Amino acid sequence: MTWGARDVSVLYAGRPALVEVTVDLRPGQIAIVVGGDGAGKTTLCRSVVGLEAVAGGRVSRPARTCFQPETSGVWPELTVMENLEFVARGYALDRSHARSRIAELLEVTDLADARDRPGRQLSGGMRQKLGVAMAVLSEPELLVLDEPTTGLDPVSRLELWSFIDLSARQGRAVLVTSTYLDEATRADVVTVLDEGRVLTSGSVAEIISEMPGRIFVSDRKIGMQSWRRGASWRAWSETGDPIPGAREVEPDLTDVVTVAALAGEQR
Amino acid sequence: MLAMILKEFRQVRRDRRTLAMLIVMPVVLLLVFGYAASFDVDEIPTIVVGTQAEMVSERLPGIFRVETVDVAGDRDELESELIAGVAHVGFAAEGEEITALIDGSELFMAQAAVRVISGASGQQPGLSYEILFNPDLDTSAVLIPGLAGLIIVFVGTLVTSMSVVREREAGTLEQLAVMPLKPKDVFIGKIAPYFLIASLDIVLVLLIGTVLFDVPFNGSVVPLAIGAVMFLFVALGVGVLISSVSENQAQAIQLALMTTLPQIMLSGIIFPLSSMAPGVRWIGYLLPLTYFNLVAKGAMVRGAGLIDLAAPLGLLAVLGMGIFGLAVIRFARQLRPARARVSA
Repeated sequence: MTWGARDVSVLYAGRPALVEVTVDLRPGQIAIVVGGDGAGKTTLCRSVVGLEAVAGGRVSRPARTCFQPETSGVWPELTVMENLEFVARGYALDRSHARSRIAELLEVTDLADARDRPGRQLSGGMRQKLGVAMAVLSEPELLVLDEPTTGLDPVSRLELWSFIDLSARQGRAVLVTSTYLDEATRADVVTVLDEGRVLTSGSVAEIISEMPGRIFVSDRKIGMQSWRRGASWRAWSETGDPIPGAREVEPDLTDVVTVAALAGEQR
Repeated sequence: MLAMILKEFRQVRRDRRTLAMLIVMPVVLLLVFGYAASFDVDEIPTIVVGTQAEMVSERLPGIFRVETVDVAGDRDELESELIAGVAHVGFAAEGEEITALIDGSELFMAQAAVRVISGASGQQPGLSYEILFNPDLDTSAVLIPGLAGLIIVFVGTLVTSMSVVREREAGTLEQLAVMPLKPKDVFIGKIAPYFLIASLDIVLVLLIGTVLFDVPFNGSVVPLAIGAVMFLFVALGVGVLISSVSENQAQAIQLALMTTLPQIMLSGIIFPLSSMAPGVRWIGYLLPLTYFNLVAKGAMVRGAGLIDLAAPLGLLAVLGMGIFGLAVIRFARQLRPARARVSA
């Protein structure tokens, strides 16, 4: 069973926000869409859950799809418990089942002690965890999380990813968007978006192995197709020819995405 | 400092709605309210009954615009017509006695009528007048029913529009859109609390008005309740419509004020509609508060019943259905903009 977006295009006021984007979503897998601001991540999420009309292509999703918007989707005036109870009622969960499910999620997300605290008084990490808990409460087949880790501290990000991992292990298809490239390694499938277009997609290993050319490292800038990483410079040889004064390194995901962006600019 | 001033100008210039509020609105408001702001009464709808009705109607000063002359009519019929709001002054002319019945619920018309009749009583023996419904011509008796309408506008339009926009700003409207809830359920759930709060507000305002300010309650609560419910639907609908075109709460407040101000000034609560220049009077007839004010004043002060108030109630119903229906459609579209294929 595969859901997701196939060749989806979305227009905003006649301008393309997504151009023929394909993302496959499978049960038990985490698909991550990585990109900067304005890349089209939120538009893609909204299209997948049916909040955005698509101009072309096809979107499919299971009936039980849950969505956490970028803003966390938590009602700020309601307490943690009231937020969860409202969602349980919204999805018409059996009362006793909802009670046990809420208790379980409060435990997993470490929010049990904050159950009576209003949403607006939660820290960013707690609010996002509550948002994800609200999204998984009804045990959806597809979970769509729009930038759940943006703005969180490293510890909160780790905790949230553990929770997302758990959701996938429980058999859910998960679509996550992020601005952090390092989070891509946690997903089964990665799609890199830039200005509404797919730069590259596949598993991390596939993306790296399919990169055209070779990567070199040097202590100075070499040519136009080079970029700083830490104290050294990386350079891309499109043809694979050695670059004098530089030594070859194994590319990682950051290199591949940079190369994809450079290749996109050339086109 | 100059940099700060320039920055502020740039911000204002790019916020087109605020710019319109700052430049266009004052001009429009001044023109509209300038023509509306008048307490002068030029004519009063009048009915003349009784055996001498023909003769009296011919001699009446020009301010009394005679609508009906009924030689077979009597004082009871006259009172019924005044209760129904068909006319605001009635002359019962039987033999030598001419009694003018004046509708005290129309304050400025009543004051003008009293002035004219008092002046004429020296020349016309047997002429007397009686003020009905609001004998002391209390301002509060005339204003408070309309104020109840203003409170409905405030809660229904301003608070509801802000509440829906806040939901959108917090991203929780998207949550609701994805949940297996029907747009109708979300809509009703969203506005029901405001409906109840506004209803409670109306009861409180009218209770305080009658107890503290001695506003008379001469009629039945039924037409008032029906009118209030229908007007509430209009106000809530306007609130939801405003929220559907506002990106943030500040814009919602601006738009709500733009719709509320004309209702305050042009609905007849403060300035009589008949005193307004025809060029702006028609705006008043498009405003729902105009009809609620007619219903509230009619039911409370004049003791008008359902049949007497059928016209304003009917117009409120039409406005209610139209605006509320449009709000439901807009809200549903916001919640369900796309129809993606759902695979089981």
